[in-house]
Amino acid sequence: MYRKRRDADRQRVRIDFDGRTIEAEAGTTVAAALLCNGVVAFRDPVVSGTPRGPHCMIGACFECLVEIDGVPGQQACLIPVREGMCIGRQAPLPAVAP
Amino acid sequence: MTAFRHDVAVVGAGPAGMAAATAAAELGLDTVLFDEQPAPGGQIYRNVEANRDAGSGLAGLLGDDYVRGRRLAEAFRAGSAAYAPGTSVWEIEPDGTVGTLRDGRAALVRARRIVVSAGAMERPVPIPGWTLPGVMTAGAAQTLLKAADAIPDGPVVLAGSGPLHYLVAWQLVSAGAEIRAILDTTPRANTRAALAQLPGALGQLAQIRKGRRWIAGIRAAGVRFVRHVSALAAVGTDRLDAVDYEADGRKERIETPLLLLHQGVVPNNQLADSIDCARRWDNVQACWHTQADAWGATSVDTVAVAGDCAGIGGALAAEHRGRLAGIDAAARLGKIDAGTRDRLSREPLAALRRLAGLRRFLDTLYAPAAPFLSPRDEVVVCRCEGVTAGELRDVAAHGCMGPNQAKAFTRAGMGPCQGRMCGLAVANVIAGARGRPVAEIGAFRVRPPVKPLTVGQLADLEGVSRDIASLDAMPTRPGDEAGETA
Repeated sequence: MYRKRRDADRQRVRIDFDGRTIEAEAGTTVAAALLCNGVVAFRDPVVSGTPRGPHCMIGACFECLVEIDGVPGQQACLIPVREGMCIGRQAPLPAVAP
Repeated sequence: MTAFRHDVAVVGAGPAGMAAATAAAELGLDTVLFDEQPAPGGQIYRNVEANRDAGSGLAGLLGDDYVRGRRLAEAFRAGSAAYAPGTSVWEIEPDGTVGTLRDGRAALVRARRIVVSAGAMERPVPIPGWTLPGVMTAGAAQTLLKAADAIPDGPVVLAGSGPLHYLVAWQLVSAGAEIRAILDTTPRANTRAALAQLPGALGQLAQIRKGRRWIAGIRAAGVRFVRHVSALAAVGTDRLDAVDYEADGRKERIETPLLLLHQGVVPNNQLADSIDCARRWDNVQACWHTQADAWGATSVDTVAVAGDCAGIGGALAAEHRGRLAGIDAAARLGKIDAGTRDRLSREPLAALRRLAGLRRFLDTLYAPAAPFLSPRDEVVVCRCEGVTAGELRDVAAHGCMGPNQAKAFTRAGMGPCQGRMCGLAVANVIAGARGRPVAEIGAFRVRPPVKPLTVGQLADLEGVSRDIASLDAMPTRPGDEAGETA
């Protein structure tokens, strides 16, 4: 949905998003890296079930929540990418047995 | 309770926070500044140190108003204030306790005085379909430009009103983005009302001219610019496909994968609210202001607010308000006497008076149209919990008094964003339904942690006594024991 205006000669890191390897500039946020690699929907919220993606990019809306290295509920727009980071689209909570 | 580690803790490294920390440290206070970002600047001057003019041309694109933030960052770096970047503040307490989270480690530190300079956020714009992926704020696109040198990869429509709406449009045009249309929602009546405020703003004519220049630049680039737009709606199923609107009595549809909304900015006042700093409803800005004196001192005597988080004044005002909070901290903590405080305050106070006239003009001209404050029944107001304006009106009709009861009835405000996105609209909708002023309806009660914190992080908290008896000393607030419903 976004593209880099130009490639800076900054160091690059590789991150994994749902099994896909994505290259990103070191220092950029997880949300920026995903948006610049065609990822639009970041999660399926528990309540509405309709997909959501980043909205405000400053940590206010909590729509960009992803799972990072096993910890869910991370704000992708605030967290910088790290080499080898494993990011997962956040699925709704599993149904609770009655 | 832990011992004091600092004289002053400043929260947020935008113009207000940098100026407050720089002034406090300069006047001899042991000062620490906590900020969520990896580098100083806040949102307005985000990444300002890295975006130097060489190479990318990004500094030129972002303009002189942006580049001037570098001077503030340099002064802050050169000063003696300690700096904790990449640090969220999830709690403050009237006893000076600040709860921080950095690299997954939570800690409590204590300062004699806290200056909250948490800045602003864009006013959430509840329209049909605004939860679809592909609907973002204008500021979000600007953040991507500042922080990642990225622009929309495909067509984009901007819809809204206010200085940032035009600035972002102009910046995206200049950066080579493909803009399908700029939809201007400024109501006709605003122009007439704003004319009355124009004389007060004439002292800042250069600022007004700058805005006119952005709009002229957008039009000169041949971008479609539609005025007096209403009935805005985002259309799509799993992501945005198009935007619908009305103008000149006609319904229109523009296909686009990206829609950027903007209706001005509102204070990010979660921290001040969380310790019950007194607030008042500002009718012109249609948001809550933390009550504060000229130096930012709040009703909680250890806590000051500075910059836009206390009420929108803009970046230039934020810098002066930050400086005043820093000077006042030095006076309160005995580093300078009252006379010195007043002498040092003269210049920033005068500068604030000069800026106030322009602010009133802008606030009146770009006041959001009524449907953005209180949307139609079918519009989702609380994005996290999927609560519509209609559901809120329904519970209001059944006797729900205000936002905190509405939480219990509808779950509005109980999702991950903790009411940041829906708080203003929930209050407005209930106020409208009950025929009462928003000031009387009130706002969500904000409780820490105001940023995500895992149970594990809380259990490993640094800076608290392991002695279980110290739990008795944990601060409690009136009402917390009373079992109130909200």
